[in-house]
Amino acid sequence: MLSAFLQFLISGVTVGAIYALCGLGFSIIYNASHVINFAQGEFIMIGAMTAVSLVEAGVPMPLAILLAILVTMAVGVLLEKLAVEPARKASVTTLIIITIGASIFLRGLAQEVWDKNFHKMDPFSGDTPINLFGAVLMPQTLWVLGTALLVILLLAWFFNRTLEGKAMLATSFNPLAAQLMGINTKRVLMLSFGLSAALGAVGGIVITPITFTAYDNGIMLGLKGFSAAVLGGLGNGFGAVAGGLIVGIAEAMAAGYLSSAYKDAVAFVIILLVLVFLPNGLFGRKGTERV
Amino acid sequence: MSMQAWKILASAAAVAFTAAAGPALAADPIKIGSFLSATGPASFLGDPEKKVLEKYVAEYNKAGGVAGRKIELVLYDDAGAADKASSFVKRLIENDKVDLIIGGSTTGTTMAAVPLVEAAGMPFVSLAGAVVIVEPVKKWVFKTPHTDRMAAEKIFADMKKKGITKYAMISENAGFGKSGHDETLKVQANYGMTLVADETYAPKDPDVTAQLTKIKNTAGVQAVINWGFGQSPAVVTKNYKQLGVAAPLYQSHGVASKDYIKLAGDASEGVRLPAAGLVVADQLPATDMQKAVCAKFQKEYQADFKAEASTFAGHAFDGLQMALAAISRAGSTDKAKVRDEIEKTSGYIGTGGTVHMSATDHMGLNLSAFHMVEIKKGDFALSD
Amino acid sequence: MSGLSRWAGLGALAIFLAALPQALPNNYYVDVAVLACFNAIICVGLNLLIGYAGQISLGHAGFFGLGAYASAVLVNSYGWPPLLALLAGAAIVGLMAFAIARPVLKLKGHYLAMATLGIGIIISIVINTEAGITGGPDGIAAGPFSIGSFKLAGERDWYWLMAGLLLATVWLATNLVDSPVGRALRALHGSEVGAEVVGVDTARYKVMVFVVSAVIASVAGSLFAHYTPQLTPTKADFFKSIELVTMVVFGGMASTFGAIVGAAFLTMLPQVLTVFEDYEPVILGGIMMGTMIFMPKGLVPTIAALFNRRRP
Repeated sequence: MLSAFLQFLISGVTVGAIYALCGLGFSIIYNASHVINFAQGEFIMIGAMTAVSLVEAGVPMPLAILLAILVTMAVGVLLEKLAVEPARKASVTTLIIITIGASIFLRGLAQEVWDKNFHKMDPFSGDTPINLFGAVLMPQTLWVLGTALLVILLLAWFFNRTLEGKAMLATSFNPLAAQLMGINTKRVLMLSFGLSAALGAVGGIVITPITFTAYDNGIMLGLKGFSAAVLGGLGNGFGAVAGGLIVGIAEAMAAGYLSSAYKDAVAFVIILLVLVFLPNGLFGRKGTERV
Repeated sequence: MSMQAWKILASAAAVAFTAAAGPALAADPIKIGSFLSATGPASFLGDPEKKVLEKYVAEYNKAGGVAGRKIELVLYDDAGAADKASSFVKRLIENDKVDLIIGGSTTGTTMAAVPLVEAAGMPFVSLAGAVVIVEPVKKWVFKTPHTDRMAAEKIFADMKKKGITKYAMISENAGFGKSGHDETLKVQANYGMTLVADETYAPKDPDVTAQLTKIKNTAGVQAVINWGFGQSPAVVTKNYKQLGVAAPLYQSHGVASKDYIKLAGDASEGVRLPAAGLVVADQLPATDMQKAVCAKFQKEYQADFKAEASTFAGHAFDGLQMALAAISRAGSTDKAKVRDEIEKTSGYIGTGGTVHMSATDHMGLNLSAFHMVEIKKGDFALSD
Repeated sequence: MSGLSRWAGLGALAIFLAALPQALPNNYYVDVAVLACFNAIICVGLNLLIGYAGQISLGHAGFFGLGAYASAVLVNSYGWPPLLALLAGAAIVGLMAFAIARPVLKLKGHYLAMATLGIGIIISIVINTEAGITGGPDGIAAGPFSIGSFKLAGERDWYWLMAGLLLATVWLATNLVDSPVGRALRALHGSEVGAEVVGVDTARYKVMVFVVSAVIASVAGSLFAHYTPQLTPTKADFFKSIELVTMVVFGGMASTFGAIVGAAFLTMLPQVLTVFEDYEPVILGGIMMGTMIFMPKGLVPTIAALFNRRRP
């Protein structure tokens, strides 16, 4: 049953690439601030919903995508300015509650700005399945994978080669020292929210032809993205992608060979086991964080 | 909409009390309580139900109310959570002192209300699907939608005609999917059907090709049934097409709205499902008494909400009409009398079918209320 | 909290709880008060873990749900007396919490959040899936709570039971906080290394607090199963867990009375917000954010600090 195995694997990679893209957003904010943003899923949803509604209104797709990314970035920066920065000195738990509040708020807003219906977007390059040794692969999956890959490369370049990126890493490592070195840490925090919002929007848009979108789609994607980021090791972009793929493939293999009812549970059991043996995730290291 | 148009559309019962309305009396309003899943995972059901209740209560009031009394709607959103529903039902009974409750979008929220309305002696018309709501019969509890068991029977009847005996099932592991799955298993023997593959998925799963691959590779699958609503049946339908599974795909009445066709696109071509007359109103023969009722409702809903009315919207419409007709016949909001009158509902033609309730049947619909439809060229086509 | 003010606080709470029903016009209000008591009991337990031991749990609803389903299933399907089922549930949850505590509590910060989240989700998946036992997504009814021939009926009876239980839980929690164990706990939140240096076995205490808070949640769950007409898996899910943590943080971490205020406030809030209909989530989210931004330590500690500053 090689073709069946291959099909499970493709299904897992498709789902995993979606989780990976969602997980990357968590990683960036964590890198800059050690904040976990539980409204990351809402960035994904806002990006997708904005793009979909613009396309429905007749805006050409590339322009709609660009506008959607900008809108989501604006939401991300606003969230940072209005909610996260004023509470910068609060405890991690308090910040978690603030971002959870933000996610409820944004979801509620989305339900009023748009509606409670599901929306679709056409695949970027058609929906003719590609046949691979008896298994089928949808072209959109390649888009999702390619986007994830591109994002990692861009992030690696950004964090290692640009001043802004280095400032971000420095801030994450030691905010006080970074400030003393003349880095504007407030700006870095704002930048990280803008960047991860943009990333969320990109992810949300690329996956919509597969998953559809609705005002409450951010919950599940945020949860799985968080799982992926933690499994891979927080703050590690490559880890988030690996984590996402592992969760996705574990789910698909569990559905294929064990029980589809328990596929999500299997994924969480794997995460728990990994954490027991590697308390900082697969690729997370204490102290020096690099992408 | 003018009052004139309203009178024409209203069913026989509605006409009776509109005529009786006359000059409005300075009486207390009739208080109708409702708890719906207007947000949350079941907003697919609760949102259109809420719209319909609000719209038609306003319509009735414009037309002078019922039996000379205005109607006041007290509506809460339980977000699909049973514990919230039970709190709101207590609030409706104890605090708002409503005369009757219409609501309960899901079986879970409905069942949370049942012991409370039974204890309080409160007439309750549920908008949820499962058989357990009215079987065994509970004194104060009625329901308007067809049961998932009826949907399963309708599908099996259709399969039998096509000579199918072995089928696979893929269901959503949430309320509707689970209940549909279980009812399907209960009635399969009556139609000589055998389940050969049984898969599930979570409501927001982005991809179900792993489960469908298993079904595809199971020997002897002649047809596949999918139980679920919201986006998941569209995901299943798309993946089904991508994998090129040859067996016919049956969906449940949970997808009987144009939204499903819009989401699933070309992949939905050829999918068969049981549905109420509402979705194929224009194709019903002129002799079908439901035709006019459905067409009117559909037109009005679309005029107000710029979207096609789903069968769930229709359930709320039917519930409100039957309840108000019962109050009108009872001539008061005395709870016992209203309950008795709801139970006597007979020959009411609603969007869901012709209702004949009795002391032993608090739903009053039979299989004839369902039509088998097939999706052809992006639309539902009658295929009985 | 010193010994004296502890008794003063407990006394004030007792008087408030005793007087409250007089002010409640009908059973709907009593119902909300009962639900607030349920949440308050769980939050007082959870606060021991979050506030005092500094360990976050995003899976506490799982323990609540396990207790609730243990009761519902044992009473409904196996005919056990409710009290025995409650104890069995507490024992199961206690043992389970004990078994997972050590490996899980080794984790820090967001990794611990992830692990507890995962455990909670696994529990809720099992409850949702094993429909043959649990009734699945549509839920199960446990029936009334009875001991021998005495049957608990009506919201007011339940109110007295839960108010009493809340007092007992607060008494237990404040005792724990003020005991040598409690001081060790507070040391933990401050500095784990420091606590270990002075000879506190941090791991043992963390495990103990984890088990205690899980058992409190389980007992509350068992009773809830009898109180609610229909127990559904949503009570054990991830959202319920988040809600509980929010209540604790909202009221004020490391403040037992903060946990009660947070639970009561957030139980009532959605009932008040119904007037806003579709805007409810926007306002709820806004209130959550606003409170935490302007009162990062939570309601009760912030207000208490305000009072203390005014006093000479």
